[in-house]
Amino acid sequence: MAVPIRVEHLNAAFGPFQALHDVTLTLPARQVTAIIGPSGCGKSTFVRCINRMHEETPGGRVWGQIYLGDEPVYGPDVDPVVIRRRVGMVFQRPTPFPTMSILENVVAGYTLLPGRPRDLESLAERSLRQAGLWDEVKDRLRDSPLNLSGGQQQRLCIARALAVEPEVILLDEPCSSLDPISTAKVEETIMELAQRYTVVLVTHNIQQATRVSQHTAFFLLGRLIEFGPTEQLFTNPANEQTEAYITGRFG
Amino acid sequence: MSQEPLAATHLPLSRWGISRRQLEGRIRRRRWADRIIRGLMVASVVVVLIPLFSLLIYVGRSGIQGLDLAFFTQLPKPVGMPGGGMANAIVGSLILVGLAAAIGVPVGVMAGVFLARSTSRLADGVRFVAQVLNGVPSIVVGLAVYGLMVVPMQTYSAWAGGVALALIMIPLVTLNTEEMVRLVPRDLNEAALALGVPAWLATLRVVVRTALPGILTGIMLALARVAGETAPLLFTALNNAFWHQGLSNPIASLPVTIYNYAISPYPEWHQKAWTGALVLVAMVLITNVLARFFGRSRYDRR
Amino acid sequence: MNQPLHHPTRVVNRGDRLFRGILRLFGLVVLAIALLILVELWEVARPSVERFGLRFLIETQWDPVREQFGALPFVYGTLVSSLIAILLAVPLGLGVAFFLSEMAPRWLREPVSFLVELLAAIPSVVYGLWGLFVLVPIIRSLELAILRTGLSRVPLFSGAPYGIGMLSAGVVLAIMIVPTVAAVSREVFRAVPDSQREAALALGATRWEAMKVVFDYGRPGIVGAVVLAWGRALGETMAVNMVIGNQPIISASLFSPAHTMASVIASEFNEAVEPMHVAALAEIGLALLGLTLLLSALARLLVLRVERRSRGRQAAQGVTSP
Ligand SMILES: Nc1ncnc2c1ncn2[C@@H]1O[C@H](COP(=O)(O)OP(=O)(O)OP(=O)(O)O)[C@@H](O)[C@H]1O
Ligand SMILES: [Mg+2]
Repeated sequence: MAVPIRVEHLNAAFGPFQALHDVTLTLPARQVTAIIGPSGCGKSTFVRCINRMHEETPGGRVWGQIYLGDEPVYGPDVDPVVIRRRVGMVFQRPTPFPTMSILENVVAGYTLLPGRPRDLESLAERSLRQAGLWDEVKDRLRDSPLNLSGGQQQRLCIARALAVEPEVILLDEPCSSLDPISTAKVEETIMELAQRYTVVLVTHNIQQATRVSQHTAFFLLGRLIEFGPTEQLFTNPANEQTEAYITGRFG
Repeated sequence: MSQEPLAATHLPLSRWGISRRQLEGRIRRRRWADRIIRGLMVASVVVVLIPLFSLLIYVGRSGIQGLDLAFFTQLPKPVGMPGGGMANAIVGSLILVGLAAAIGVPVGVMAGVFLARSTSRLADGVRFVAQVLNGVPSIVVGLAVYGLMVVPMQTYSAWAGGVALALIMIPLVTLNTEEMVRLVPRDLNEAALALGVPAWLATLRVVVRTALPGILTGIMLALARVAGETAPLLFTALNNAFWHQGLSNPIASLPVTIYNYAISPYPEWHQKAWTGALVLVAMVLITNVLARFFGRSRYDRR
Repeated sequence: MNQPLHHPTRVVNRGDRLFRGILRLFGLVVLAIALLILVELWEVARPSVERFGLRFLIETQWDPVREQFGALPFVYGTLVSSLIAILLAVPLGLGVAFFLSEMAPRWLREPVSFLVELLAAIPSVVYGLWGLFVLVPIIRSLELAILRTGLSRVPLFSGAPYGIGMLSAGVVLAIMIVPTVAAVSREVFRAVPDSQREAALALGATRWEAMKVVFDYGRPGIVGAVVLAWGRALGETMAVNMVIGNQPIISASLFSPAHTMASVIASEFNEAVEPMHVAALAEIGLALLGLTLLLSALARLLVLRVERRSRGRQAAQGVTSP
């Protein structure tokens, strides 16, 4: 099910401004890969290229190629909608759909499409369990998600992404608006996910990267500076810019 | 409450070449000016609300005298005959507003969604034109619809009246819909897209759905507004002393009937006009309050 | 560069393309409506435009029976009645806006602004009814009182105190456009950054003096509000028609009956049998449309200017603050 993501000579731009320059790396399957780097270095842009969200930004352009397993993500006959079914995404701020109940949110990936799939309740339960939220919400599935805490909302969004059974999960700073306890819960969830999915985690928090990821990629000014096993990258970085960043000399 | 100007006590007055007496006098004068101006502001609110209350009281008091069941169930009687009602006009107004809604709501909502979702030149042009249309006097719209429909059909008709009202509704609904859709955070749209939902479904089922309360409020306010319009109906729907005879014939409406009765020389008809006004105002105000109750979009700044 | 280039010739979901096409279509419908209004009005008015041209607007005789069509009395009535309305409504509307945005305690704000908005929700014909039976008698006694003071030698106050006439029309219009002035100016005041107010207060200004700063800052917006309200007043039909007396007279007196462009269309269009009479009325409509378009374009420009300016400043502040 889970597939590696091969990124080859990926470039991305907002109109005239090029935000990613020639990025090449392979994100291994069934692992958490952390993306770190100072603000504005292109982390979000990078993950948004993987599920073809970048082109939804006005002026957004992409060139280069990405493969999910062996299949290209970009190409004249690739439907972005299909890619997005295979690559789930969780955003920095929790984005529950305010007009839907908790339950409806989880299965929104199905109900928003035409047709009536069956057995959504058990699917919802499974996804909520995977996201570690089931016990907290099982008695109020019909409530508005807006009554949940920020951390619960974020895990609801994770459950919603899981419900469509993707192969890859992209998490763009999922904990940056959460308190420490919620963060710990979400991190636990992320580690669980790595057993079944290819997980890409954008984070500003170096401790978080060391806690949950097996590989780390360091970006600077739109370029991939260093990529390797997390432990190695943090204890013995090959590049001095990486070292400068992780020892807190910029960021 | 009021912010006091600086106290005069510790200032190096000599440097400014004025005595303490002069300075204190000046401050006192400023303080008085402040009070007077503030009084005037309160007064302007009172002056503005007096006509409102006067109007509501007169419409209520005079209107209620003729208010009975017959008013809602019977046709108007000729002058001199007691009794009768405005049932045909009430029904006619409902039909006209219904026609206007049937035409104006889909066009207005879709055009509004278009404006909110498109960044093209065309969208800028459409927005500008909608704003301009919003300022076009309703009587002018009536004239245009006269040329558009009454002349070719060779008859005044409910259709023409409904179209005239729809044309007045459309810019209102369009601009409000755009505003409400724009208030929905982009994040929600992106979240839906990231789930693998096609853009058009994300737009309709997430973004528009989220903006729906605000869109409905705007629709209701627009309906209330056109329900009270008289001028565009004068030479489109015209009037009719009887029950409506199909949409291709002239049709009575509450505002036009009120107008005709009000400018007639007969006191009984004046009474009827007041009662009609009471019904019309009640309809319009209830719609307004309901619209507010439905609430604006949850992302509205208010 | 030797990488495989991907050009964004992405497959757009067929539903998306269809949906976008449909939305565009509805956008075009709005354009078509505007065009249609213009074309139809032009069509109805054409005989008159061709025969009289613009001269029509400065001729003073209106006598359909003798085929004399001079629209100046209506233009005059429209301009003067709306001018009276503006003179009354602008100070009141600004006062209300000031009260709501700078003075009123929170609990009072909602109900007062609701009531002022109600003023805008009441149908024109109901204003006309109230104007005819409540306001006109009041204006009549006011006129009598003025005449008794001997001011009747002033042309502005000469003539018989009918009640019905220019003054009543101006007052009704003023009531009807106050909400517009108030609402737009309130938005303008709201767009004034707090820093402007606070700077003035910090310098020891009284509230009113601080507010002068606000007025100053928002002046183009306020002018925009006035122009917008003026546009409303020009096109207002029924209420004016019911209290102005409907006579094509050009008189310096406020007490004199008069007629407006919108009002004459409402009263005469259905009775007009001569084709030229119909066309002449439509040409008045065309002129009215031109007038309001001019004003609304002007208003939009002015309001936009303030909005853009305040947005620019907020953005500038956003950059420097974390
Ligand atoms: N919509 C946009 N239009 C133009 N430029 C943009 C846009 N979004 C981002 N950028 C630019 O692209 C670059 C990369 O942005 P990106 O959001 O990927 O950074 P990031 O690493 O995710 O930063 P952060 O840690 O703050 O989230 C930045 O320099 C940013 O200014
Ligand atoms: Mg980011």
